[in-house]
Amino acid sequence: MSISRRTFLGAGTVLTLGAQFPGSWTRHAAAQGSPGPIRLGFQVHRTGIGAVYGRWYERTTNAAVKLINGKGGIGGRPIEIVAEDDGTDPKRGAEVVEKLATQHKVDLIFGTLFSHVVIASAPRAGQLKIPYLVVSEGYHVASGKLNRYVFQPGITDVRAQVTAVAPWILKNLGKKVTMIFPDYAFGHDHRDFFSRVATSQGGTISALIPIPPTETSFTKYFPRVPADTEVLYHVMVGPGVLTFVKEMGEHYGSKRPKIFGFVDSLEGVDLASPGLAFLEGTYFWEAFPRYAAANTPAHVKTFRERVGVNDNGASVNDPKDVSTFSHMFGCWETLHVIKAVVEKSGYRKAGEYRGFIETLEGFQSFPEGLEHPQGAKKFNGKLHQVYGHQFISKVEKRRLDVVHRTAIEDSMYPPEGDYTKQPL
Amino acid sequence: MTLGLHLAVVAALAALQFVLPAFHHGMLARIMVLAAYAVGYNVLLGYTGLMSLGHAMFFAAGMYGVGLTIQHWGFGIAAASVAGVAGAIVTAGAVGVVTLRTAGPAFLIVTMMLAQAFYLATLYFNTVTFGDQGFILPALEIGIGGRMFSLADPSVKYNVALVVFAVCLLATLWLVRSPVGRVLVALRENDERTRLLGYHTGRYRLVAVIVSGLISGLAGVTYTLLFSYVGSTFAGVLYSIYPLLWTLLGGAGTTLGPLVGTLLMTYAIDVASGITDAYLIVVGAALVLTILWAPAGVVGGIRARWARWLP
Repeated sequence: MSISRRTFLGAGTVLTLGAQFPGSWTRHAAAQGSPGPIRLGFQVHRTGIGAVYGRWYERTTNAAVKLINGKGGIGGRPIEIVAEDDGTDPKRGAEVVEKLATQHKVDLIFGTLFSHVVIASAPRAGQLKIPYLVVSEGYHVASGKLNRYVFQPGITDVRAQVTAVAPWILKNLGKKVTMIFPDYAFGHDHRDFFSRVATSQGGTISALIPIPPTETSFTKYFPRVPADTEVLYHVMVGPGVLTFVKEMGEHYGSKRPKIFGFVDSLEGVDLASPGLAFLEGTYFWEAFPRYAAANTPAHVKTFRERVGVNDNGASVNDPKDVSTFSHMFGCWETLHVIKAVVEKSGYRKAGEYRGFIETLEGFQSFPEGLEHPQGAKKFNGKLHQVYGHQFISKVEKRRLDVVHRTAIEDSMYPPEGDYTKQPL
Repeated sequence: MTLGLHLAVVAALAALQFVLPAFHHGMLARIMVLAAYAVGYNVLLGYTGLMSLGHAMFFAAGMYGVGLTIQHWGFGIAAASVAGVAGAIVTAGAVGVVTLRTAGPAFLIVTMMLAQAFYLATLYFNTVTFGDQGFILPALEIGIGGRMFSLADPSVKYNVALVVFAVCLLATLWLVRSPVGRVLVALRENDERTRLLGYHTGRYRLVAVIVSGLISGLAGVTYTLLFSYVGSTFAGVLYSIYPLLWTLLGGAGTTLGPLVGTLLMTYAIDVASGITDAYLIVVGAALVLTILWAPAGVVGGIRARWARWLP
C-alpha cells in the first residue's frame, strides 16, 4: 500500500498537534480506548477535466481537516484523509470507490464532484455498502435514482439553485427568457428545471438554444435569439466560455437584453480576464460569494483564511489562481456533517453503518457558522439532499457584488423519491 | 499443448478468486472483462492487420444495447444481452461495409471518425441515452439451475467475468487456428498474395470486423451488467485507445497478449496513481520502453525468444 501525500499531511497534522497539546485528544482518545483515526476516503479529480475543481477541493478539505483535528478530531479521533485520483473518469471512479473501500478500508468516502463519475461510482458504493457523500451539485442524489448509501449533505443541487433564482429573474430582469446552454446533462438540467419553474410563474421561454459540446465558435447562435427576448440566460462552461462572452459582446454591442448566468461558467476564471468586459452589469448566480464585502461575516472570513483565499476569491499565494468558490465549500461542510453524524450516532468502525445512515437521515438542519460558512441548511433525510441559500450577484467593476440572497425555502421542490424505504 | 496452456490460464484465473484479497478480487474481475474487449480488438489488429481507433463504438453498442433495453423496455438479462450483442454485430457490420473500402492509416482515421459520430450521437439523443451523465441499471440477478444470484455479489461478478473472458479467449484460439484464421493472418502478412490465391479478401476482412465487434460488444454487455452503469464516456476516443494499448503492450497477434497487457496496464495505472499525480506519464514511459525493448509486446517477445509455438 502506498502512502499518499494526503495521508502523509493528515498524519503530519495529527503528530504535530499531538506534540503541541500532549494533554489533548491523543491521550483522551487512548484513555477512551479509541479505535484510532477515522479514515475518510477522498475521491478527488486531480487530473482530467475536473482538475481545477479537484485542486481546490483538496485545499478546502485540508483546511477543514486541520481545523477539525485541531479541535480534537471527530469524537476524539483524528481524521486521516486517504485521497485517490479518479481522473474525472467514470470507470476509474468506480475503481477508486472499490480501492478506498476494500484496500484502504476507509470508514467513509466523500468528495466527488462530476456527475458522470458520481453516477458510475454510486452503484459500487451501494454494492459495497459504504456511505458515499458527494459534493457534486447534480440533481442525481435528490432524483431518488441512486441508493441509500449516497448522500449530498454539503452542497445544494442544480434544481434547487434554479428553482430559487427563477422568481427573482422574472421579477427583476424580465419575463421573456432565451436560454443558451451546453447540449449535455448539465445544460439539460438547467433547460428542464428553469423552463418548468419560469413557465409556472408567468414567464415564457422565447427560445432554447443548445450548443453542441464540440463547438468552438458561437457567432452563428446569437442571431437565433428572438428580438423580443428580455433575459438571456446562459450556462456555458469549459474553455470556450471566454470566446462565448467575447462573441456575445460583438453581436450585441451596447444594445442587449438583461443577461443572467451561472458562475459555473467562470469558476476558476478571473473576472478581470481579457474578453470578459462585456459581462459588466450582468448578473450571476453564486452558491457562495467569491468576493469578500464589507458585511462578510466573521466565520466566512475565517473560512477564507483557513482555505487560503484572498478577498477576490483567489489563492493568497497566487492571485492568478482563482478558486472554485461556489463549489469547494461543500467539502468543508460535508466534513463537518460527517463529524456531527459520527459523534451523534456513536459510529466506531467500518461496516457498522446503520447508525450513521439513520442518524444522518434524521438530521433536519445545520446552523450557519464556521462549520457551515455558506449559510444555514435544511436537510431532507428522505432525499439525502441538503437545501440552502442562493446568491445573485451583479458584475460591477469586474467583480461580483451580491444583490440578493434567497431564502432556503425558495429552493425547495416536491420530492421525487424516498431512500429511507430502501433496505440497508 | 496450446489448448492446455489456455485452459491452465483459465484455471489459474478461476483459482485466484479463492486467494485474492477483496480489492484485487474486484480488480481482476474488471480486468477480465476489459481483457475480453482487448481480445476482440486483437482479432482485428493482431490477426488481420487492421488498426482501428473506433472500437469504443462496438463496446458502447453492447453497453447501450443491454442498458437501454433494460432501462426503457424492462428486458430481462438474457434478452437484453442478446440485444446488446446484436447491436454490436449490426454496428460492426455497418462499419465494416463502410471502412473496408480503406486500408492502413485511412482505415484508422475512418474508424475514428465513425466512432466520434457514434459518441456524439449518444450525446445528441440524450433523452434516450441520458448523454454524458449516463444512467444506472437496477440491481440485477441471474438465474442458474433454478437459483437466483445477484450480480452485485463479488463471487458472482468474478465468475461471470471469468466465463465471458474464457469464452472469448478460447473462441479466439479456435478462430486463429481455423482455416478462416489462417486466411486472416495471410491477409495481415500479404493482402495481394492472398487475393491472388483466390480468397475474397474483402469478405474475410468483414468477417474479422464483425467478429471483433461481436467480442467487443459482449465485453460491453458484461461490463454494463456487472458494474451497473451506462454512459457516453465509454464511447469516447479514450476507450478506443485503451484496447490498442493493452493489445500492443501484451502482444498483438498473440492470444494471451490482451490479458497480459490489460493486467499490466491496469495495475501500472493503479500503482503509479498512488505515487504521483502524473501517473499517465509513468504509464506512457513504461509503454514506450516496452515498445522499444519488446516491439512485439510481452507475450510476443516471449514467443519470439522462447516459445515459437504460442498462437
